[in-house]
Amino acid sequence: MSNKIFAVVTLTVAIALAAVTQLIPNEYFFSAAYTVLLFVILATAWNILGGYTGYVNFGSAAFFAIGAYTTVFVYNAFKAPLPVGIVAGTLVAGLAGLGLGYLTLRLRGVFFAIASLALAVVLYIFIVNWDYVGGARGAYVIQPREIPFGLPRYIHLIYAVQLVMAAIALVVARTIERSTLGRGLAAIRDDELAAECSGVPTLKLKIFSTMVSCALMGMAGTTFPYYLSYIEPSSAFSLSYAVNSIAMPLIGGMMSWMGPLIGAVLLGSVQQLVQVTVSSAWNLLIVGVLLVLFVTLAPNGIMGWVDAWRRRKGP
Amino acid sequence: MEVSWALVANAVIAGLLLGGFYAAMSVGISISFGMLDVVNIAHPAFIILGSYIAYIVNDRFGFDPIVVAVAVSPLFFLLGMVLYRIYYVCFERRGQESLRGLAFFFGILFITEVALVLIFGVDYRMVSTRYGDVTWRAGGVDFPMRLVVPFLVSMVMVIGVQLFLTRTFFGRAVLAVAQDQLALRLMGVNPVRVKELAFALSIATAGVAGAFLIVIQPVQPAIGREFIGLVFAVCVLGGMGSILGTLLGAFVLGLAESFTSTFFGPSWAPAVSFGLLLATLAFRPSGILGR
Amino acid sequence: MAAAKGAVMAEALLEVRGVTKRFGGFTALDGVDFLVRPGERVGLIGPNGSGKSTLVNCIAGTLRNEEGSIRFEGEEIRGHAAHRRIRLGLARSFQIPKPFASMTVLDNLCVPLLYAARGHEKLAPGRIVEEAMRILGQVGLAGRARAMSGGLTQVDMRKLELARAMAAKPKLLISDEAMAGLSASEVDDVLALLYGLKEQGVAVIMIEHVMRAVMKFSERIAVLVAGRKIADGDPQSVVGNAEVVRAYLGE
Repeated sequence: MSNKIFAVVTLTVAIALAAVTQLIPNEYFFSAAYTVLLFVILATAWNILGGYTGYVNFGSAAFFAIGAYTTVFVYNAFKAPLPVGIVAGTLVAGLAGLGLGYLTLRLRGVFFAIASLALAVVLYIFIVNWDYVGGARGAYVIQPREIPFGLPRYIHLIYAVQLVMAAIALVVARTIERSTLGRGLAAIRDDELAAECSGVPTLKLKIFSTMVSCALMGMAGTTFPYYLSYIEPSSAFSLSYAVNSIAMPLIGGMMSWMGPLIGAVLLGSVQQLVQVTVSSAWNLLIVGVLLVLFVTLAPNGIMGWVDAWRRRKGP
Repeated sequence: MEVSWALVANAVIAGLLLGGFYAAMSVGISISFGMLDVVNIAHPAFIILGSYIAYIVNDRFGFDPIVVAVAVSPLFFLLGMVLYRIYYVCFERRGQESLRGLAFFFGILFITEVALVLIFGVDYRMVSTRYGDVTWRAGGVDFPMRLVVPFLVSMVMVIGVQLFLTRTFFGRAVLAVAQDQLALRLMGVNPVRVKELAFALSIATAGVAGAFLIVIQPVQPAIGREFIGLVFAVCVLGGMGSILGTLLGAFVLGLAESFTSTFFGPSWAPAVSFGLLLATLAFRPSGILGR
Repeated sequence: MAAAKGAVMAEALLEVRGVTKRFGGFTALDGVDFLVRPGERVGLIGPNGSGKSTLVNCIAGTLRNEEGSIRFEGEEIRGHAAHRRIRLGLARSFQIPKPFASMTVLDNLCVPLLYAARGHEKLAPGRIVEEAMRILGQVGLAGRARAMSGGLTQVDMRKLELARAMAAKPKLLISDEAMAGLSASEVDDVLALLYGLKEQGVAVIMIEHVMRAVMKFSERIAVLVAGRKIADGDPQSVVGNAEVVRAYLGE
């Protein structure tokens, strides 16, 4: 299936789903689905740099928060509507990824990983001290009273927006995966030195991969302030984003675009269930344990099992 | 703000005392990352674990936390051995350490933090020691015992590790395994075993350093993450794998943080360590001493 | 040698002059001069630790030499990143094979075909697989095209290393100890492969300890000892050189 056809199919499915599911009577569905879709975007984005290129980013929360807080900023400064916030948040997060990559990708992968963690910590301190976007007290974002498409509540709209953004993220990931760029990234992941000596401009590709990955993670965060009409640092920088963006691609499978999707839908749904029955701390513990179990025992994830089963069945 | 001699002197003393403690926290990373090339970002988790164990025993029985930590260190040593075994079998042997090994240690760090939150909650915990409230004064400069005692014990531990590495057969095997594993094998020494025990030592030092930490400041589960930057900054500043370098890097960091705290406020302290780390990596990756 | 330098320099493919490389206090290469002409077959030998790999890494761009110049087709490449050098036509294989383990043998070749060869030999996108199969046929790996590259035998991995270097369409190929530890017939296989390159006019620098192969293959042999070149000439005279013999057998 060519890239264009896949894009059309995915976006059509997304829009169709968005329309049809509006009929679901249970209001809780929309906020649960919103969260799961948030993780689909985050996991898919993380995997572009993680699974495809082999560089671990511990600072997903930072880029998610950049997306969220950019939306808040343009709202406060220009009373800008949601689409502007989405574009701005994605761009700023992409630029931040470019900066991080440019500074640290000449070094070993481990230093990039630590630097990404550092970014999350430092950015958190910065936001907490920045009153224009609310600081530690948090900021309010007023949901517009008039909701487009005649939808009953605002959550219905941002759920639909999130569906479309998830489709976009999947299209971007798949396009990269199957392109020449994707082959170059895979070569970098398998053996960076050999890739460089095979003509792959490793630094350029790594920086580009980082930029795209971080931009998409920011995109995931742009609707977040509208989710509860309120945002404050500890929820925007929640540890849940850091661990889930790693665990979901790992559990689903890091080699293809389907892995993060599967991991996010499965793990995300499980977490939504667990969260209403048990506390959120237990929820995170389960995710952490699953991460460790999968990375030691089933490092190729669910897609890995599928591939192995397919290979055993024979050609 | 008025900059007086006393203010500066206090900042310097606090920086040096903290620096000694930072060296104790980081000496384990010097071994595991600097010498064994194992990216154990879960190192701070074991520090915090040590803090909480010291807290429990101190709270229940009133024993001095540092004494408790030393007594409990064999447990941390064993834990380190088990952890390295898993790491070696699952990742190092398969050449997967850069991506999956890293994710593994992150998972360990994460699980430790969340488990501590579940057991103890997010409130700060502190210990009570006989010397915790005592402060010596000399010429307008404060020497708080809650910094001095950990400083002294940290120095003992760090120098002890250095002596162990340079004077004992096993210690020199550790230094050798960092450079030439094949030569070790030819000498009849199993490099994997050496690495396993060295890694165990690094975890043991983390547990003990945890007790120092909780004497110096109150502790809660999330602060482990803030120390990742610190311990790696110290290790990189000091030139990776050199204990003396670690000491130097720790003092530099301690002083930088102390001055930042004094003149800009304490909330920016974690930014200092990460900032120094990034700057060092960008401009002088071989560290202050440079190799 | 010096007298003819004027005429020779004009047509040198690779010209290494006064290259010095230090690691801290240790000097791995000390003012090395080295020349390769188009289509020439040069052997590079020397005891372990003499700096052969360091020289290869400096030429290929994975290490930076502190002093000296490296010119490829007259152009100074000392500041170029490794990927730029291979795009100019300077390929190398690795002593310990470094396959792209998640890819098939065929896909391994597609990477240099897509990235390195494109630099100087435009290949239509549809032709990539065809070209990769052709090269695999040349090295005798066509039957393993769909196999995962991680599970190959030692000799097949060495062939894949060389095939990957060939896929970059190089003008100069550096073969770094491709025959180490191979059986006699396997050595002959690899030798035949390298001879095939000669047919295509590709210059080859062969770094080996397998003396029989070096003697057979090289038009010229250079000898590195402790970071210095101590001999450079036709195989027979180099092998008879007293200093070379001493370096290998010890005093």
